[in-house]
Amino acid sequence: MATTDEVTISTRGLVKRFKTRTGAVLAVNDVKLKVLRGETFGLIGPDGAGKTTMTRVILGLLTRTAGESSILGYDSMHDTHKIRERVGYIAQQFALPGDLTVLENMHFFANVQGVSRAEQRRRIPDLLEFAGLSNFTGRLGGQLSGGMKKKLALACSLVHEPSVVMLDEPTLGVDPVSRREFWNLLGKLRAEKGLTIFVCTPYMDEAERCNYVGLMHQGKLITTASPGEIKKMVPGRLLEFTPSNFVPAWRLVEKMEGVLEVQTYGAMLHVFVDDVDRRRTEIETALAAQRMTCQGMREIEPRMEEAFISLIRKQRAQ
Amino acid sequence: MSIKRLAAIIQKETIQLLRDWRTLAIMLLLPLIMLFLFAYAVRLTVDHIPTAVADMSVDAESHALIDALVVSGFFDMATYVDDEAQVIAAIDEGRVMAGLVIPPDFAAQVERGQAQALFLIDGSNSFVVQSGYSAAVAIAQARSTELLMRKVNQMGAAAAGFNSLPILTSTRILYNPNMDGMIFAVPAIAAMLLQFIALSTTAMSVVREHELHTIEQLLITPIRPIELIIGKMLPNVVLTMVDMLIIVLVGIYWFGVPFRGDPWLFAWLSLVFVVSGLALGVLTSTVAKTQHEAQQITMVLAMLSVLLTGFMYPIAPMPPAVKVVSHLIPLTYFNRIVRGVFTKGVGLSFLWQDVVVLAVYAIVAMVAAAAMFKKRLD
Repeated sequence: MATTDEVTISTRGLVKRFKTRTGAVLAVNDVKLKVLRGETFGLIGPDGAGKTTMTRVILGLLTRTAGESSILGYDSMHDTHKIRERVGYIAQQFALPGDLTVLENMHFFANVQGVSRAEQRRRIPDLLEFAGLSNFTGRLGGQLSGGMKKKLALACSLVHEPSVVMLDEPTLGVDPVSRREFWNLLGKLRAEKGLTIFVCTPYMDEAERCNYVGLMHQGKLITTASPGEIKKMVPGRLLEFTPSNFVPAWRLVEKMEGVLEVQTYGAMLHVFVDDVDRRRTEIETALAAQRMTCQGMREIEPRMEEAFISLIRKQRAQ
Repeated sequence: MSIKRLAAIIQKETIQLLRDWRTLAIMLLLPLIMLFLFAYAVRLTVDHIPTAVADMSVDAESHALIDALVVSGFFDMATYVDDEAQVIAAIDEGRVMAGLVIPPDFAAQVERGQAQALFLIDGSNSFVVQSGYSAAVAIAQARSTELLMRKVNQMGAAAAGFNSLPILTSTRILYNPNMDGMIFAVPAIAAMLLQFIALSTTAMSVVREHELHTIEQLLITPIRPIELIIGKMLPNVVLTMVDMLIIVLVGIYWFGVPFRGDPWLFAWLSLVFVVSGLALGVLTSTVAKTQHEAQQITMVLAMLSVLLTGFMYPIAPMPPAVKVVSHLIPLTYFNRIVRGVFTKGVGLSFLWQDVVVLAVYAIVAMVAAAAMFKKRLD
């Protein structure tokens, strides 16, 4: 059993139910989770899986319906202010005052977090430098580009030197170059300050950059493991090809012996099989018999994306 | 509560208030616009009512009556027609708003003491009815008295035992002897606008945080609700008090409205009133989800305030249930205070009840606002 020193975020039997006009929605359903100190934990899942709700409940921004949740040993519901002094958070939407400048935003969050003037003089230029915003200190928050807004939010959330940051889809609506830059910043934080990072993301390439990921689907945490382990959870090996006639080929291959699972990927089919060499020939023959061709048939390594879809399908089938 | 966090919020709110110069300009110009409209455009008493006359008598007495109406300034003889039907037609068409029908043989009837002239008023506008009716009745009575006295004198005053009317009412209008509309309007506008501005600025600034989702990033800091509420209120207190100063100074120096009370007492009581209005604004913000909703609630409150708080219409004749509603609005108390200090020049010894209620109101509204303030997102 890990001590509270090592466990940064923990939940047990966590439930969040929203009342709606038509009934109740279980946004978080009996979730057990442990994030250790210094870890970068990625909560991944499709839109509406309950990632944002779970993050907000852990932070005490939403009441929980049942179960336990805590950060740094502080209960989410009862010790909210202790949590708020020690945790940095970036909301999914840009939630900084847009009519304050970059520098005014930094000073505001530093002041409400009780950072002394002397400390502010030291930290704020460093953080602005780190976030690449040194040349934009006088620009209004609302007039920054999408990527710069996220970097400002990150800089503001770090101004009180928290030991944990929780980021809710921090790269939503951010261009690929800025996304990469943002993740490089997170990498630096982890390496230099030993920060525990909890990040929600629907992007599989981002999930690969985490030490640990939790797969969330319809309020349930399906599994938690390292990205490498998750990729190994998918049975069989993976074939990729582009059929000449997409839907009939899909239907045909799906029913063949030795085919474990078929996923679509653009105009291509991803087929999990038990034996690559044997099934490759069989599929080619079967398609040829139906006067269909297939291009670029090759074996590929399963990525997070395939593993993720496969795990969710299994969850649905249960 | 931490002074440092409070100072940070006040600083943030002040920057945001000053940066939103459009809203700021409206907030500062609104009192001036209202004052000048009331002074130069809007009138509660209607005079120079266009009137149609059907004088079927055309004699000295009928002319005397028409002259009396014109001289009063309340009626302008816009058109002369032949009979009652044409007078009504003129009112129907909207060419005139009143009509006078004088029957044939008017002078002879006057002589017999049984003359009747018909006065018609366009009832679709109640202000015209109010002013026109009372003016017409007063003028006719004055004219009758005059005729009566003349008759009495002819019959021999000594014989009758008197040479003037047995009862004479002499009226003295206190505080506003010349019936200057601005003396009534300036304190009322000051109070009304103060409540409106106080209420809407705070309600908006809290609801906007929800609408722009910035509340999420504020809630995740150690800021306490009471700090946020006070921090949002203080810059608006200053803004509203500046508005008060504008109204009072323009009222005194431009419109010549006398200020009879103690200015410092007035300032302190205004402050209490502003705080109650701001707290009511925070309460509104806990109910409204969008700025649009907040605006609608503010408008309803403004409408109730105009009708029910003694801003323009007296509270005394209202039914008891409505009076209860009146006394839920802080403006009701402040209207009495503002007229008391401003126009009558009375002090706390006369107003203490209203002041106590207003102070309690402000405190209760603040506590309720802090209690109802959503500390979480759900």
